[in-house]
Amino acid sequence: MANIVSDVICTFCGTLCDDLEIELSDDGKKIKEVYHACAIGAEKFLHSQAEDRITRPRMMQEDGTTKEVSYEEAAKYTAKILCDAKKPLMYGWSSTSCEAQSVGHEIAEAVGGMVDNTATVCHGSSLIAVQDVGIPSCTLGEAMNRADRVVFWGCNPAHAHPRHMSRYSVYPRGFFTGKGAKSRKVIVIDPRKTDTASLADAHLQLDQGRDYELLSALRVAFRGEKLPDFVAGIPKDQIYEAADLLKSGRFVIIYFGMGVTQSLGKNHNIDIAIAVTRDLNDYTKAAIMPMRGHYNVTGSGEVLGWQFGFPYCVDLSRGIARYNPGETSSNDLLVRDEVDAAFILGSDPGAHFPISSVKKIAQLPSVAIDPHLTPTTAVCKLHVPVAFVGVEVGGCCYRMDNVPIESRKVVDPPEGMLTDQEFLTMVLAEVRKCKGV
Amino acid sequence: MTKISLNLLTGRTIQQGSTMEGGKEKKAYTKAVAIIEMTPEDMKRLKVWKNTNVRVSNEFGSVVVKAVLAEQGLHSGDAYMPMGPWANMVVDPNTYSTGMPTFKGTPIEVEVAINEPIYDSQELVRRACGLKV
Repeated sequence: MANIVSDVICTFCGTLCDDLEIELSDDGKKIKEVYHACAIGAEKFLHSQAEDRITRPRMMQEDGTTKEVSYEEAAKYTAKILCDAKKPLMYGWSSTSCEAQSVGHEIAEAVGGMVDNTATVCHGSSLIAVQDVGIPSCTLGEAMNRADRVVFWGCNPAHAHPRHMSRYSVYPRGFFTGKGAKSRKVIVIDPRKTDTASLADAHLQLDQGRDYELLSALRVAFRGEKLPDFVAGIPKDQIYEAADLLKSGRFVIIYFGMGVTQSLGKNHNIDIAIAVTRDLNDYTKAAIMPMRGHYNVTGSGEVLGWQFGFPYCVDLSRGIARYNPGETSSNDLLVRDEVDAAFILGSDPGAHFPISSVKKIAQLPSVAIDPHLTPTTAVCKLHVPVAFVGVEVGGCCYRMDNVPIESRKVVDPPEGMLTDQEFLTMVLAEVRKCKGV
Repeated sequence: MTKISLNLLTGRTIQQGSTMEGGKEKKAYTKAVAIIEMTPEDMKRLKVWKNTNVRVSNEFGSVVVKAVLAEQGLHSGDAYMPMGPWANMVVDPNTYSTGMPTFKGTPIEVEVAINEPIYDSQELVRRACGLKV
């Protein structure tokens, strides 16, 4: 009989699917097959079994080659660069558990670090907007059971959150949405005719970067006021139709993504998207939700929030927690040469930061803690491979709607490999020795 | 040599996501991500066949990638690169005091670079950082 582990949590994106089934070898040591996951989630589980996986820390040599070191030596080096630095950048945190994040924050407090997570290049703009104007939101369960008008604004779940539409937003039959997709009208607002747009009832293919104008126009249309013939490249009739469609719903949910947070306007685009949601609540019920990327970027914001009061860009270098995106954010700190060491965990700025920031990381004493080989591990002085959270070790993760979900261990990590929480605990002990605390 | 100006968008594709999880040092990742998607009209303007190497450059940097036809329709004048180290060679790093670089809406110039190599992710970043490869 097949050795199947059921109800496994997928630790790839913020959807945190919780219905995976994993087929193991008879001895329970190897993953043979992954069921119910999307292409990306399945690849994550299967890649953890790769034969060529790095299983021990490696230190970069002068000539560009690497030398294997022990976890103890790696912990000492990491503690040393953090203790020697006046203002170390401690970035990432989104691909690990809340428990590991919490240990990392203890280290950051001891060394006066700048703690930032991947929201800084993802939904940081949304967090600023939420602090400015609040957010009327809900859980994915509520959206699944109630929402009959679904808006995807600047996001493409068909590619980025592949099971979002089938589990929560479009296809499932809910308590008040018994006919599944037939009970819902889907509007996509995106400058590209994405695969998500091809499934929608209406697609407003606006000019790139004109989201603020179109959101303003929707507010005008809700009130029945006059619009110019075109706004953001969209004919006014389409805007009035979309406004009427939204107002006629019983429950509207707006999901938004990088199309709005990363285009010019940034947090102000989200301000007005939230204002649109507030306006809709004059006519029906409406909620708005960011489509969070990493599986636990939401958790990082939560843990930073309850420990220091701010969800990202936390400056602990002065002995108190400060927060000022634009000043205490990773890319600004790197480009302005304001940090003197880089500690990166559970993220890949080497691939996902502008190259001007990556060049700065390459010049600093640096450590990358990541199960994979990445462009970040290619430029950091030390690479510490760790077990995969959600595959080889469990831990708490937060779904995109702020619901905590406990991820599960499926197989053991390769022999002798540490989890990131274990490695961070070793680093913390070394830091305490060094700081005498 | 023909050079055209376009507006660059970046973001996730499912091929980028799955090859990323399969290993960023692997060829599949380079194949899925070191591309620029363009409309048929813009490819005509640039006078290239699909799957030709092109150089994408602007004031922030320069990178060689493969020009492909956009699978998910674009406005003419827009181009799309999957998020990753190749796109990040040319995205606008300005955060305008928000902490967020401007990953979408960067003006770029594209020209044919048929004989220039496309580096894998690790080599690309190490070269750009002046490290030995």
